Amino acid sequence: MSYQGTAHKVGDHIDTDAIIPARFLVTTDTKELGANCMEGLEAGWVKRVKEGDIMVGGENFGCGSSREHAPISILGAGIPVVVAHSFARIFYRNSFNMGLLLIEIGDDIAKISDRDEISIDVEKGVITNKTTGTEITYPPLPTFMREFLDKGGLIPYVREKLNA
Amino acid sequence: MAHTLVQKVLQKHTDQQITEAGQIVQCNVSLALANDITAPLAIKSFRAMGATKVFDKDRVALVMDHFTPQKDIESAIQVKGVREFAAEQDITHYYEGGDCGVEHALLPELGLVGPGDIVVGADSHTCTYGGLGAFATGLGSTDVAGAMALGSTWFKVPPTIKVVYNGTLPAYVGAKDLILKLIGEIGVAGALYKALEFAGPVVDALDVEGRMCIANMAIEAGGKCGLFPVDAKTIAYTAERGRKDELMVADEGAVYERVVTFDVSGMSPQIACPHLPENVKPVEDVRNVRVNQVVVGSCTNGRISDLREAAAILKGRKVAKHVRAIVLPATPGIWKQALKEGLIETFMDAGCIVGPATCGPCLGGHMGILADGEVAIATTNRNFRGRMGSLESEVYLSSPCVAAASAIAGEIADPRAL
Ligand code: SF4
Repeated sequence: MSYQGTAHKVGDHIDTDAIIPARFLVTTDTKELGANCMEGLEAGWVKRVKEGDIMVGGENFGCGSSREHAPISILGAGIPVVVAHSFARIFYRNSFNMGLLLIEIGDDIAKISDRDEISIDVEKGVITNKTTGTEITYPPLPTFMREFLDKGGLIPYVREKLNA
Repeated sequence: MAHTLVQKVLQKHTDQQITEAGQIVQCNVSLALANDITAPLAIKSFRAMGATKVFDKDRVALVMDHFTPQKDIESAIQVKGVREFAAEQDITHYYEGGDCGVEHALLPELGLVGPGDIVVGADSHTCTYGGLGAFATGLGSTDVAGAMALGSTWFKVPPTIKVVYNGTLPAYVGAKDLILKLIGEIGVAGALYKALEFAGPVVDALDVEGRMCIANMAIEAGGKCGLFPVDAKTIAYTAERGRKDELMVADEGAVYERVVTFDVSGMSPQIACPHLPENVKPVEDVRNVRVNQVVVGSCTNGRISDLREAAAILKGRKVAKHVRAIVLPATPGIWKQALKEGLIETFMDAGCIVGPATCGPCLGGHMGILADGEVAIATTNRNFRGRMGSLESEVYLSSPCVAAASAIAGEIADPRAL
């Protein structure tokens, strides 16, 4: 599994209300939620994103409520992966469950700037910043977590397990 | 590798070797829990997964506690759907009506949770069972649906903060004050993503109910769970409820991220002021705060020991005229015990309203909602803006004896001064 795209950098403590404000929670539709992704941070934020781009966050990304709509809206915006210094706990779980890959890299986050072109080799646990020519390594995900993401999250994963 | 308490419990439930914090492990679960708010969503996800049978009909608990007795049409519809699911799945532990109590008081009382268990609940205060030495944590509804279907889930092994209480507790100071003191010290994100592990002579001397009160509020420090060692008191408590459990302490040489130590001798009763559980002050620093409502109850402090503590203060005294004092025993079992001991009569003689076993006002649900400008002191666990009603109301959190003393005084009061 690998990803490649433009980095969109946001700050520390991005909460679930910044990711998807409560007024948009009247739907569970992925595309609709995606159209309003990060609307609580900056109006029209999502317009900068191309399909396959990468979100880059600071500390405690995803703090706040346990709404599963937050990772869904990021996916809906066309972003398949978030790299951050650290993530809030319930957001971390909900993201994997919804099929959004999260990568925690601590202080190395400083090596990525807004609009850098980056690629990620998930098997090896390597992020390459093509703009600056630097490499960041992180402990690769266990096989089962990768399998989980490959299937598109918890609902399809459980469905397949039950049918096996 | 030497394991902390949480690592020990996780290791019991996985084939993977637990070697460090941050590792991801797959574990089987002992019990999956949802309530009248979260079960409807979990059932929806369960169906979307194509699941037709829960992994074990004896190891799923559905507790319709938040709005019981159903307060309006919407809440009745929610419960109706869950009741139908429970019947279809033949769920053993489905509770509503007169069987129902606040989930985190009810499950320990019924012996459904205990030492070494892994409990996942679609409710953030699932961490309460850490008081019995269980690894218990709150998850989203879809996560709980997955656990209901598979009987397993994944966890990231958390680092542990050890909290040591030394000294001797003064009169009128107890478990609630210990946890408020900690949250005041480390803040609402102080244990983010981490486990808390409690230790020290004060912890050894606490009864099991006090330990559950402390574990209950681990989430208010951002914690994933809060665990207590399993000692003879725990074993006796669960044995009375038909379980056979074993002693459990952390391994010698276990690695802690941080150790926080308190000397509690001379400590005052603690109050969390609006609007965050970390705004903690000793009671003597909270002056001239008139209260309109007092609530004794919830999964934090609605157990029999809490009611005894409040009744001891209220006995022979009267609740101030302008105050509505509400006592909600957390389960029907606690209600009956309080009746037997004469506590209900004490409350009523003092002028309290004694209500059913429900979450009720704790989450601003029903049975004691605040108007604009009203102030409450409650034995509950959250004082976020608007938690008990109007966005313009205020909630202070305290122990049962401080709440009772405040009901009599009509303002936040120190039980030591009575
Ligand atoms: S008593 Fe309050 S905190 Fe406890 S489960 Fe009910 S609503 Fe949640």
